[in-house]
Amino acid sequence: MTRALITGNAAAAWGARLAGAEYVPAFPITPQTEIIETLAGWIDAGEMECRLVTLESEHSMITAAGAAASTGVRVFSATSSQGLLYAMEMIYAVPGYRAPFVLVNVSRGLQTPVTLEPDHNDVLAARDSGFLQLHCATCQEVLDSTLIAYRLAEDHRVRLPALVNLDGFYLSFTREPVEIPDRAAVDGFLPPYDPETTRFHAGEPVSQGVVVLGGTYYSYFRYEQHLAAQRALEVYDEVAVEFAQQFGRRYDAVETYRSEDAEIVFFMIGSFSTKAKDAVDRLREAGQAVGLVRPRLLRPYPAETLRRALEGKKGVAVIDQNLSMGMGGVLHGELAGALYGQAGMPPVLASFIGGLGGRDIAAEEFYEMAAVTRMACQEGSTPPPRLLYTADELRQMRKLQAVAHAERMEGRK
Amino acid sequence: MSDEVITVYKHMKDLPSSRLLGTGTPMCAGCGGLLAIHQAYDILGEKTVFVNAAGCMTLLAVYPYTPFRGSWLYTSMASAPAGAQGVRDALDIQLARGRIKADEDLQVVVLSGDGAAYGMGLSSTSGAIEHGLDFIYLCYDNEGYANTGQQSSPATPHGARTSTSTGAQGFGGHKKDLFAIWAAHRPAYVATVIATEPVDLARKIEKAKGLKGSRLIIALSPCPTGWDFDPQETVEIGRLAVKTGMWALKEYENGKVTHTRVPPKRAPVEEYLEKQGRFAHLFQPRRNQAMLAEIQARVDDYWAEVEAGNA
Repeated sequence: MTRALITGNAAAAWGARLAGAEYVPAFPITPQTEIIETLAGWIDAGEMECRLVTLESEHSMITAAGAAASTGVRVFSATSSQGLLYAMEMIYAVPGYRAPFVLVNVSRGLQTPVTLEPDHNDVLAARDSGFLQLHCATCQEVLDSTLIAYRLAEDHRVRLPALVNLDGFYLSFTREPVEIPDRAAVDGFLPPYDPETTRFHAGEPVSQGVVVLGGTYYSYFRYEQHLAAQRALEVYDEVAVEFAQQFGRRYDAVETYRSEDAEIVFFMIGSFSTKAKDAVDRLREAGQAVGLVRPRLLRPYPAETLRRALEGKKGVAVIDQNLSMGMGGVLHGELAGALYGQAGMPPVLASFIGGLGGRDIAAEEFYEMAAVTRMACQEGSTPPPRLLYTADELRQMRKLQAVAHAERMEGRK
Repeated sequence: MSDEVITVYKHMKDLPSSRLLGTGTPMCAGCGGLLAIHQAYDILGEKTVFVNAAGCMTLLAVYPYTPFRGSWLYTSMASAPAGAQGVRDALDIQLARGRIKADEDLQVVVLSGDGAAYGMGLSSTSGAIEHGLDFIYLCYDNEGYANTGQQSSPATPHGARTSTSTGAQGFGGHKKDLFAIWAAHRPAYVATVIATEPVDLARKIEKAKGLKGSRLIIALSPCPTGWDFDPQETVEIGRLAVKTGMWALKEYENGKVTHTRVPPKRAPVEEYLEKQGRFAHLFQPRRNQAMLAEIQARVDDYWAEVEAGNA
């Protein structure tokens, strides 16, 4: 084991390397590119026995990943944002091959307008695809989740591809101290890839991805995928325990922070949850019973664990770094679905949209969200969703609009 | 090529009688594409994995049946060559690591229609050739999006009526030259075939099978439903496609194009066109002499270039 100061991208690459990924179909996109560059460097230097092929698009990349996993090798790939969306047809197609592999997504906001900075609309577009989803908050978690993802995806009871998500910039380009385990320790946790019966070779013909005629047969295979994804809940718990035994780091499906005795909890995914933890500490210092609940596992959705974590709370501030146009926050809607009609659940589920396209969520905003949620608890009604934006931001925006207006007038002269 | 071609397929009687492809598929009666696949599969053999793109032949493997003795992977309309890349690379990795034996290896064959081969799949095809991917691309070219009812595709010939070109002039565009697009990538092999010339087809599949690298076989596939003719006419129409010079049988290898069947005296293109409902508007209610002359002139120009050694 070594300890190093590395970026989230490097941590993802280390995860692939330690997992013994044999094949990496790749395509560059900011802010993910460092992952494939790092892997390519190791392969070229002879430090990693692996074949990396740059496909001509992410659509092809995911096709090649699914095809190679179906042929019997351990596959790793990585993408981001528009790349994930470009691949989306195959993101929905390859889980049906039931040939597991791991895809890292480095979250980045979607156009339009164009941005390089992070939010979660890209990864949430894949939420119904059949890919399992693990969401990371630290660089260490990126490396560890990559290893966990292989175990989970390849488990006989699951056999689905898994997506590990990290936030662009905040994790991808931020160096944090990371423990890099030895290959031998990883080998003790993750056995070699077993393709089971799904692999192409002469003598045992296989037909993959075939047509079915009629909803009866279609439904059967779709239900099978769904049930396999649901089985991944119990498998995840087993794998997390084994991981903790091997490496001493415990990653429950749902992370709770000072939420046991909390009245109000923040609910969110990703790296900004570390900001939420800091806000929780400050609010606790000020005498407020506030905590954090963060699902690491978003698919399968750990509904029962979330209900246990939130039972008896007065209110939840759901912070969505995504925006479903005309609806609101995706996490908010999903959580409401999981809690509604169950006994003892928080009566107030406040929705906040923030952190889009790299926008920060400042400590004061966490305090404000806690205050709004507390007020709603006192009034006994959930407030309307809020789009986080400060007066100062609006001033900056107005300035740009003034410039745009002046330029336009100039052009008309 | 001056090299003497060594082939086991010199006459019809030399063709395999194995019939590897099973019967009872849901293809239309008289499908010229299925005929070509039948013939090609007998030569490719069962150690083949077909990587399929969306098209008519996607309906060959309908759960729980498959007409293939070997394997099948359906990918998408655009990315079958990338699927072939993943399979080929994974086979190579396992061969190198001794996880599979040489006799467990497979020939990776992309199977697609013209919609994927000439259009949506060109990006992934170009990528695969650029990588020098060791695969065969078998395109059954029925000159339209036949599976959805024969809409115009990038392979539709000039003047043909399709379900999206229903006007008096038919399809206004011209059939894309996929052969030249492939040849421009300098791949290992490119060939055109038609099932009604089975010895020529067999020799080309045989040659492709013996080569490494990216190899394309384009099979013109007379389509009774899409081209509007009686299924019993498939063979006759296929023969006329060659006899009139509308479909040039040729191959590309080592930078050079060779025509494998040069019709000694080309029949007028009308003989080919008048048998198909998709060209009926060129003859009825009145003869469209200008369009017929234009089609004939294009064919004549092509063969003049061939005779001059330019094509």
